Amino acid sequence: MTILINLFWIAVAIAVALGAGWLFRAATIALTRGATARMLRTAPLTAGFGMLVILIYVVVALFAPLIAPYAEREVVGAQFLPWDATHLLGTDNLGRDMLTRLIYGARNTVGIAFATTALAFTMGSILGLLAATVGGWLDQILSRIVDILMAIPSLIFSLLLLTIFGTSVTTLILVIATIDSTRVFRLARSVALNIVVMDYIEAARLRGEGLWRLITREILPNALAPLVAEFGLRFCFVFLAISALSFLGVGIQPPTADWGSMVRENAALITFGDVTPLLPAGAIALLTVAVNFVVDWMLHRASGLKE
Amino acid sequence: MSVIWTMIAKRLGLGVLTLFVISVIIFGATELLPGDLAQNILGQSATPETVAAFRKELGLDLPAYTRYFNWLFGALQGDFGTSLANKRPIADLIATRLGNTLFLALYAAAISVPLSLLLGILAALYRNSIFDRTVNAMALSSISFPEFFVAYILIFVLAQSGLFPSMSRMDATVGFGEALYRTFLPALTLTLVVTAHMMRMTRAAIINLLASPYIEMARLKGMKPMRVILKHALPNALAPIITVVALNLAYLVTGVVVVEVVFVYPGLGQLMVDSVSKRDFPVVQAVALIFAAAYVLLNLTADVLSTLSNPRLIHRK
Repeated sequence: MTILINLFWIAVAIAVALGAGWLFRAATIALTRGATARMLRTAPLTAGFGMLVILIYVVVALFAPLIAPYAEREVVGAQFLPWDATHLLGTDNLGRDMLTRLIYGARNTVGIAFATTALAFTMGSILGLLAATVGGWLDQILSRIVDILMAIPSLIFSLLLLTIFGTSVTTLILVIATIDSTRVFRLARSVALNIVVMDYIEAARLRGEGLWRLITREILPNALAPLVAEFGLRFCFVFLAISALSFLGVGIQPPTADWGSMVRENAALITFGDVTPLLPAGAIALLTVAVNFVVDWMLHRASGLKE
Repeated sequence: MSVIWTMIAKRLGLGVLTLFVISVIIFGATELLPGDLAQNILGQSATPETVAAFRKELGLDLPAYTRYFNWLFGALQGDFGTSLANKRPIADLIATRLGNTLFLALYAAAISVPLSLLLGILAALYRNSIFDRTVNAMALSSISFPEFFVAYILIFVLAQSGLFPSMSRMDATVGFGEALYRTFLPALTLTLVVTAHMMRMTRAAIINLLASPYIEMARLKGMKPMRVILKHALPNALAPIITVVALNLAYLVTGVVVVEVVFVYPGLGQLMVDSVSKRDFPVVQAVALIFAAAYVLLNLTADVLSTLSNPRLIHRK
């Protein structure tokens, strides 16, 4: 019987999510015109829902101090208080307001993951495009280095590097960005390899265009679509990796509010049948699902497939 | 026949080379640290005498390549040096934990590989049906979930009611059946995490083939759909399926880290995470080497097996 009730609630949640996605899509279509509106019309409900969720996360992250009822590190009551009117989601293991920590977590966790992905992307795509354009020994050296780095499992490699350089947010960002840039490098290089053999690149070379201009003006615009989709996927991987490391206690360090470490700190409650520790984990999962939905739609569009 | 053996020999040689370079990276990473390693680990407040003694203990007075070869030959013989934190030989710390980790990974593999092959074949058979769509949606979302989320949901649903223990304590006295029972939840977590990917790839590999003329021929002969898939499509889809299975097994080896921590399972992953926060780098290096070696070997096996499963390469004209 309880299973049936659970299934019912899951069905309700899915229906609400799709409804929200539909409403959001309708709203954005009404607010935009021209090519953007036409593009949005092709979005499936899941992509609409994904965009809505991403928008909510961005808003929460940007306006965290305005939305949160208390300060990020403020101890407001006893430890592990249950849900009530003053503390909507109760308090955590040190007596800090759970809802506040969740809201600030959006800023810290998502912000750090975004910065890391952006860094990984800049490094990976510049080197990848460079390797494909210049070719020769530069390509060989870079590709072999990347091959070797990719042969080491990424979680293990990041744990090793964090042991050596110590755990801080800066090292975390640099370590994860370096490891992930190898994956971006692979993609950027293989996309660019198909472009550099085109006639217009040959023409540009003959015209005497410099390397930088060749990469940014001729190759990058045509390689952008797969790279943007990859940005979404990489963000998911980086986000999950950072959360996993924080959960293991070697990522983002306390007292910074962060979803991964919040799960670890409050995990004891789960065995007592309290769902509170699942909320930050759920927040992570929801964002990854949302990004995946949007990426799915973009990949579908980029591939030019019709149903 | 000889062509294929040279291919495999080349691949094996490349694998050994990769392992060697990885061991250099794992060892050499400590050299990347600016300044003195001993000073860095002891902190700024350490006296010069302590730092000097610690340097001696680490063997930092020797040149790097001597230390590397000592470390590598020790590791090949199962001697990884001593832990910085508790001065015990690392080999002792690792011995039982390695077995535990392998047990968990094999357990998860024994459930997930048959399950995902079955689901993948069924999804390909009943493609675009409700069954296919549901399985696909579940697969997509389980890829997006962090491992600890899946693990805690399972604890919340299954362990709370007392069906399964939420902590997987292990010691020498635990029998095989009891061990299976105690590690059921961690194994199930890993299964849920890896099944999705394998199942989707199985489905895609089979569906890719279904458009080929020889499948149409089989269908036109009036063969049953199940038989078409099992007898005609599956053998040709083996290579991509083997690759993805091995990839996921390799993933299992590293995926155990988070799951072991959640379920307090005494495996290598937990040892590694503990050692990272203590900055006990000899232990981390040893465990990283083992994990990386397992990862490389599994990928190598996949390569060799998918080469062997290709009839065009075996019966070359």
